[in-house]
Amino acid sequence: MENKLRLRYSKVGKSKYLSHLDLSATLRRAMIRAGVSLKYSEGFNPHPYMSVALPLSVGTESVCELMDVGIAEGLELEGLPERVNRCLPEGIKIAEAYFPSRKFSEIAWVEMSGFLYYDESVPYRACERLSARYSLDCIEVKKRTKKGESIIDIASFVCDMAFSESDNIEVAAKLSAQNPTINPANVMDALAGEYEELAPDFTSFKRLELFDSGMKVFR
Amino acid sequence: MDFALERILQRVQRPARYVGGEYGQVVKDKAEVDVRVAYCFPDTYEIGMSNLGLRIMYGVFNGLGGVWCERAFAPWVDMESEMRRYGVALYGLESGDPISGFDIIAFSIGYELSYTNVLNMLDLAGVAVRSSDRGEDAPLVIAGGVCCFNPEPLADFIDLFFIGEGEDAACEIIGLFRECGDKRDFLEAASKLDGVYVPSLCEAFYNDDGTVGKIVPRQGVSFPVKKRIVADLDSSPFPVDSIVPSTGLVHDRVVLELFRGCIRGCRFCQAGHVSRPVRSRSCGTLVEQGIESLKASGYDELALLSLSTSDYGEIFQLCDGLIQWCEPRRINLSLPSLRADNFSVELMERVQKVRKAGLTFAPEAGSQRLRDIVNKNLTEGELLETCRIAFEGGWNSVKLYFMLGLPFETDEDVVGIARLSQAVLHTWKQHAKSKSRGVRITVSTSCFIPKPHTPFQWEAQITMDEYLRRVELLRASMRSKAINYKWHSPEQGFVEAALARGDRRLGAVIEAAWESGSRFDSWDECFSLPNWASAFEKCGIDPKFYANRERSDDEVLPWSVVTAGVSEGHLRRERDAARAGKKTPDCRELCSNCGVGCVANGK
Ligand code: SF4
Repeated sequence: MENKLRLRYSKVGKSKYLSHLDLSATLRRAMIRAGVSLKYSEGFNPHPYMSVALPLSVGTESVCELMDVGIAEGLELEGLPERVNRCLPEGIKIAEAYFPSRKFSEIAWVEMSGFLYYDESVPYRACERLSARYSLDCIEVKKRTKKGESIIDIASFVCDMAFSESDNIEVAAKLSAQNPTINPANVMDALAGEYEELAPDFTSFKRLELFDSGMKVFR
Repeated sequence: MDFALERILQRVQRPARYVGGEYGQVVKDKAEVDVRVAYCFPDTYEIGMSNLGLRIMYGVFNGLGGVWCERAFAPWVDMESEMRRYGVALYGLESGDPISGFDIIAFSIGYELSYTNVLNMLDLAGVAVRSSDRGEDAPLVIAGGVCCFNPEPLADFIDLFFIGEGEDAACEIIGLFRECGDKRDFLEAASKLDGVYVPSLCEAFYNDDGTVGKIVPRQGVSFPVKKRIVADLDSSPFPVDSIVPSTGLVHDRVVLELFRGCIRGCRFCQAGHVSRPVRSRSCGTLVEQGIESLKASGYDELALLSLSTSDYGEIFQLCDGLIQWCEPRRINLSLPSLRADNFSVELMERVQKVRKAGLTFAPEAGSQRLRDIVNKNLTEGELLETCRIAFEGGWNSVKLYFMLGLPFETDEDVVGIARLSQAVLHTWKQHAKSKSRGVRITVSTSCFIPKPHTPFQWEAQITMDEYLRRVELLRASMRSKAINYKWHSPEQGFVEAALARGDRRLGAVIEAAWESGSRFDSWDECFSLPNWASAFEKCGIDPKFYANRERSDDEVLPWSVVTAGVSEGHLRRERDAARAGKKTPDCRELCSNCGVGCVANGK
C-alpha cells in the first residue's frame, strides 16, 4: 500500500504497562497532536488504519516495535519521528518512519533479553542448570491457544539461549515470533516439576530485534 | 521506577494507572521547588482524571513558581493490598516520591462516600489520619470540593478546609504557607482568609437531645466562613494543555466549562445552590479554548459541561463555532445536561448528524404537583413534546431519571412516574419514524438525599423500608414491557445522607468504618452496609438521627460554620414555597434575592 507508513519505535519504562488498545490510542493522538494527517476508514465510525506487527504483553519492554499506519497523501516524512516524539508520553519513542517493502508475516524470530530474580538467593549453579534444561531436545510446556490448552514442544522454537549470573540471572534468546508465537512466559513455564527450584520469583523482559527466517534483521 | 513497585505492578489489574508518565504531566526540577503539593483524589485514576476540577487546580498550582503539584489517586483494592504487603507508600505519580515527604496534601472531595478513601490514602501514605496525631513534620492536610460545604464530619482529619472555588486562593494559601514558621501560625493566619475554615480553631457543644448546641470559634476567628468564587470566569485560567491519559478513561475527550452556577433553583439541588451565582465564559473564549484543547490533546470528542447546558445564553453560536472546526476533523460534539425542551432536540440534531445517542432526561418527580414543590420547572407537555420531536427524528431510546422520597411525596406522585413513562411510550407509538426497531424507555429511581445549603436541608430522608415500599408500588404500576424500571439500592444513599448532614461526632464513625475495611463506598462491589452499621453502633451513634430526622426550625445546623452565600432566609422562603406548592421563577426571569449578590443583576 502506497500510503502506508511503518513506524519503528520503542516502548520502555512506564509505558510498558500500556495495553495494546491504550498504545494505539496514544500513538494516534500523538500523531494528531503532531499534525500528521491520518487516513480514515469510511463508514459509520471512521477510524484510522493502524496495525501492530506483533502484540506485546503488558509489562514487557521493547526497542523494536513496528506499526503500520495509514496516512493521507502528500505527507511530509522529513523530521516526522522528531515531531511525533515531542508529542508522546514517557517511554515511547519513534526511531524511524519509512514506507515498508516487506510484510509482517515474514517476521520469524524475536530477539529478547531479560532478568530472572530470586527472592532468596540465586539457586546453586543456576546458569549451568538452566542451560542444561533449555538444551534438551524436547521441552514440553502447556500453552494456551484460541482452542484451549495444549502441550507443545518449544525446543525448536527457542534458539541462541544464553545465561549469565550477577545478583540475578540475565538471559538472552531468540524466540519464534509467529506460528507458533512463543513468549517469555511460555519459556519460563518449562521451569516446573523437577525444575521448580530454578523458577524465578520475578522476571522482566525486553524485545531487542526482529529477524526473518534467514536470521536477517527485519525492517 | 522503584523495584518493589515494579514487582507489584505485575500482579495488579490495569497497572498503567499507577505509573504516571502521561503526555502533559508536569515534571519540575526539585532543586527549583520549595513547596511540593500532592493533589489527592479519593477515587480511582479513571474517575479522577475525568474531573475538570483536578485539571484546573493542577494547572493553577503548577503555574506558581517554586510549587510542584503531583497527583495521587486511591489505589484499587488489589493494589492497596500489594502496597501494604510490600511496604510501598502512596507516591506522587509524577516523581514516584512518597507523598509523606511533601509539604501539602490536598484532597478534592466531591462525594461523601469517598470519605473512607480519604482516610485510607492518608494511611497508605504513612501519614496519621487524625490531625491531632500529626506533628510539625507531617504534611499539612487540606481539602476542597463540594463536600466541604459541610466540613464537620471530616473535622478530625483535615487541617484546613477550603470552601468554594480555589483558583484565586491557591496563590494566597501557598504564599502564607511560605511565610509562616510553623503549622499553628499558618493555620491561624490562614483562617483569616475568605474561604478558609480551620476546624481546630473552634469547638462544638451538644445538647442533651443529641443536637448541636453551638459551635464556638476561637478568638479572632469569625463565622460563618464565606465561600470563595472566581468573579470573572472568562479570564480565569483553563487548562488547554492538560494531561492526556494513556489509559482507561470512560470518556477520552476535551471538556469545556460553559458556566458555573445555575439559574434554575431546583430545591433539592446542592450543586445549583452552592455554586451560585451564574458566571459564564464567553462564546469566543470557549471556541478558542475548545480548539486549543483539541489541538493539544489529539482527542476526537468534545463535551460541554455545566449544570444546565440549554441555559447557556449563546449556545447556538457556540455549537456552530465548534462544529465548524470539528466536523472536517471528524470530532464529535456531545452535550450532556440538557433540559427536556424542544430547544434541546434541535441542538442535538445539529451536533449529532450521524450517531443517535440515547436521550436522557431528569424529570425528577412523576407529577406536576411534586415537580412544582421541588421547583423543577418542567411540564409534562414539554417533556412529551421533546420526546415527540426526538422520536420523529429517529431516536428510539430514552432514559428518565426520578427520585423517590422527595419531600411531600404521596403514593399518587409515585404512581405518576409510571403514568408519565406510559405517556412517553404512547408518544413513541404515535410519532415514531420507524417502529421496526422498537423503543427502549429506561426509568430509574434513587432515594432522595437532603443536602446542606438547600431549601430541603431540614427535611428527613425516607427510611430504606419506605423507599423499597415505594419502589414496589411503582414497579407494580408499570404496565409495559417496553419500559424498563431500574432502582438503585437505598443503602448507599442512607449512609450518604447521614454523612452529608453529619457533625463532628461522625469522624469517629468514619474512622471505625475505614478501620474495619470500608473503602470505595460509592462502588457497589465494595460498599457494605453491615460494616457501616457496626461502625455507627460501635460509636454509639444512630445513623437515622442524621438521615431520617427532620430538623426543627431553630436547630443549629453543623454546616452553619460555612456559608455558600445564599441566605438562610432565602432557603426558608423556598422551603415555605415548597410546602405551599409554589414555584419560584428562574434568575433570568426574576431575581428572588437569594443573597449571593449577583453582580449582573445588581443584587
Ligand atoms: S441573586 Fe438573584 S439572580 Fe442571583 S442567584 Fe440569587 S436569586 Fe438568582
